[in-house]
Amino acid sequence: MDPLDLARWQFGIITVYHFLFVPITIGLSAIVAGYETAWVRTQNPQWLKLTKFFGKLFLINFALGVVTGIVQEFQFGMNWSAYSRFVGDIFGAPLAVEGLLAFFLESTFLGLWIFGWDRLSPKLHCATIWLTHLGTLFSAYFILAANSWMQHPVGYTYNPRTGRAELNDFFAVLLNKVQLVTFPHVVLSAYLTGGAFVVGVSLWSMMRNEGAVRETFRRSVRVGASVLLIAGIGVAISGDVSGKIMTEVQPMKMAAAEGLYTTQTKAPFSILTVGSLNGERHHAIIEVPGLLSFLGTGSFNGEIKGIDDLRAEYKTTYGSDPGQAYYSPGNYTPTIWATYWSFRLMIGLGLLCAAAAIAILYVTRKGRAPTNKWWGRLAILVPLLPVAANSFGWLFTELGRQPWAVFGVMTTANGVSPSVGAGLVATSLITFTLLYAVLAVIEVKLLLKAIKAGLPDEPPPPSDDVDDADRPLAFAY
Amino acid sequence: MELTTVWFALIAVLWIGYFTLEGFDFGVGMLLPVLAKDETERRVMINTIGPVWDGNEVWLLVAGGATFAAFPEWYATLFSGFYLPLLLILLALIVRGVAFEYRAKGHYPQWRSRWDAAIVIGSFIPSLLWGVAFANILRGVPIDAAKEYTGGFFNLLNPYALIGGVTTLMLFLTHGAIYIALKTDGPIRVRARALAVRLGLGAAVVAVVFLLWTQLMTGNVGSAVFFVLAAVSLLAGLFAVLKAREGWGFIGTFVCIALAVAGLFIALFPDVMPSSTAAAFNLTTSNASSTHYTLTVMTIVAVIMTPIVLAYQAWTYWVFRQRITVQHIPQERLEAPVG
Repeated sequence: MDPLDLARWQFGIITVYHFLFVPITIGLSAIVAGYETAWVRTQNPQWLKLTKFFGKLFLINFALGVVTGIVQEFQFGMNWSAYSRFVGDIFGAPLAVEGLLAFFLESTFLGLWIFGWDRLSPKLHCATIWLTHLGTLFSAYFILAANSWMQHPVGYTYNPRTGRAELNDFFAVLLNKVQLVTFPHVVLSAYLTGGAFVVGVSLWSMMRNEGAVRETFRRSVRVGASVLLIAGIGVAISGDVSGKIMTEVQPMKMAAAEGLYTTQTKAPFSILTVGSLNGERHHAIIEVPGLLSFLGTGSFNGEIKGIDDLRAEYKTTYGSDPGQAYYSPGNYTPTIWATYWSFRLMIGLGLLCAAAAIAILYVTRKGRAPTNKWWGRLAILVPLLPVAANSFGWLFTELGRQPWAVFGVMTTANGVSPSVGAGLVATSLITFTLLYAVLAVIEVKLLLKAIKAGLPDEPPPPSDDVDDADRPLAFAY
Repeated sequence: MELTTVWFALIAVLWIGYFTLEGFDFGVGMLLPVLAKDETERRVMINTIGPVWDGNEVWLLVAGGATFAAFPEWYATLFSGFYLPLLLILLALIVRGVAFEYRAKGHYPQWRSRWDAAIVIGSFIPSLLWGVAFANILRGVPIDAAKEYTGGFFNLLNPYALIGGVTTLMLFLTHGAIYIALKTDGPIRVRARALAVRLGLGAAVVAVVFLLWTQLMTGNVGSAVFFVLAAVSLLAGLFAVLKAREGWGFIGTFVCIALAVAGLFIALFPDVMPSSTAAAFNLTTSNASSTHYTLTVMTIVAVIMTPIVLAYQAWTYWVFRQRITVQHIPQERLEAPVG
């Protein structure tokens, strides 16, 4: 394999891996903050127990999200130095702002939250987890602004003298129309993922317990399922808007989502196909007429451009214009089977998760707690659905943009580091993949252990014969 | 002053923040098997940095992000050129970060000792390699007309760079030992003080060699002043530790690291990454920088955000100002290892 393929595999593997943890961090920090707020307001100890129980799970997950995030920031320079040189003037700014605005906030206030139980007043302590959550939202905003710029570059000019893209309107980058829909779409999916995590863990724990503990977890199931369902509706709406903007700015991606080769009005959306998707033998088993047109344009009669027509169009636009040095003419079609299936799996798994939430809300209504073991199995499945859907969503977004790194401006092939050989990239690809695999196993084991340990005991009342300064720490590593 | 100069200075400030802060938590990590006599003392040590190490590490992320934004060519050349050392640093930071969080979540001695090894190695590798990397930046590495690094891994292993690595290693060990003396009480505090002085004298020797070499190689009047003041603060800090004034001792190593890093950046200016191939290929603050517009935007953000960040990070240190001793560590029962 050449360095380009290896660098692409590495980017894909470590980014998808990083994003397994990120949505749980965003979503779960909000729910833990909600539980602590409920405790501060009601003084009902069940909320404190849920705060500490899910707080522990949150931290196990957070650790991997943080350490894998460091790699994200460095690998642009390591594997994609030509890309970094070309876009650094634009792309670097949101990354730097993310660090200054988000990472400091997140890490500092999370440190205060973890160790501050006996150092801060309950209200102040509760504020620290909300600030941590705010940090995760800032982080999402700026990194998505950077990604949205790659999807739909705005607020820049190409400078032939320096041979790079240069920023001329920072607010255009921050308020990019792709960004304005991507941010809610991703953050709402994160809430959905956090909700699903809480539903799964709580449902499973509810079925293994009785009495007051069962009731505490039943409430938690309903909190999680409500978050999941409300966020799920938001994900669907923002996803719909996102599809229309994508059809406008990257029509090839929409055509590739369906494997639609010729331009069509009333374009159908196939739910299942057999055979290759190369445009010759394409057997849709279940097909909804006009649905692709609706997803892309808002009208069942709308026109969706086909891959072949777009390819011809792109060849005229990009293939014969040497003015912008950084793209190379080539095949402007992404890998159709990958975009086709990732698009369906993203939507399908998300919908399945929302359906599960409705069913779970129904069976836990008015104090009811199901005992059928199938609900326990569903509990294991529910948190995995959005995690997979998130991954497919990103695979679709990023693979659908290929061969471009920055749409219409720079191809991925032109972004790779010219000075880094295949041996080095292969070394880092292999070490990261192996290390990440080991860490994933450890993380899952720790999560299961913490889930099985159940709700924490109530802390004993502080005894009077020990001086405050000598009392053991409320939390210690 | 030109904005490119302002950003060169700001990036120096970010690295100073990183080395002065994560420097001591690296030191604490490396000294884990040396200073702690048992599991409870190991937990005392880890808990002195527990609430703050992650926030300290963010200085690195911001330094990296700011370099990307303000000097994309520097970011691209440095990170693709120093590929293998950076890979090792990243792997080290990953296992170290996970270790702090996961170590206490298992109750087998074997589990604990494996994560301890991860903390020690994960603190040692970056402490050494950051010095090696910075020394190589100052010394100059092979860079061609296209601003690409043309050397290999072994170009980076030269005597000067290795002394640079040992310097950061020794300074962080000293800084960490003094931090432990400052943040604990009881026997471990006394041991940390004694060790800090011994480590500090070793650090002083290598630091003087490294800074003198740097001064002769690429220094100017400004860097000479900073290097001398850095050496003075280190010795003053060690003297304070000897007199059991740990607070002043910590300020001593803190200021020493800050001044030494500042001096290195002054010696580097106006280059950001000199080329050993030809001076014409040097990356400088002007030919590696972003546009004036981007730097202006970034300056506004930095001017607003930096004081806020400094304020809440300082507040964290205030909240956790209490010394930690063995009686602060909650009781736990370790299970015997299986098998």
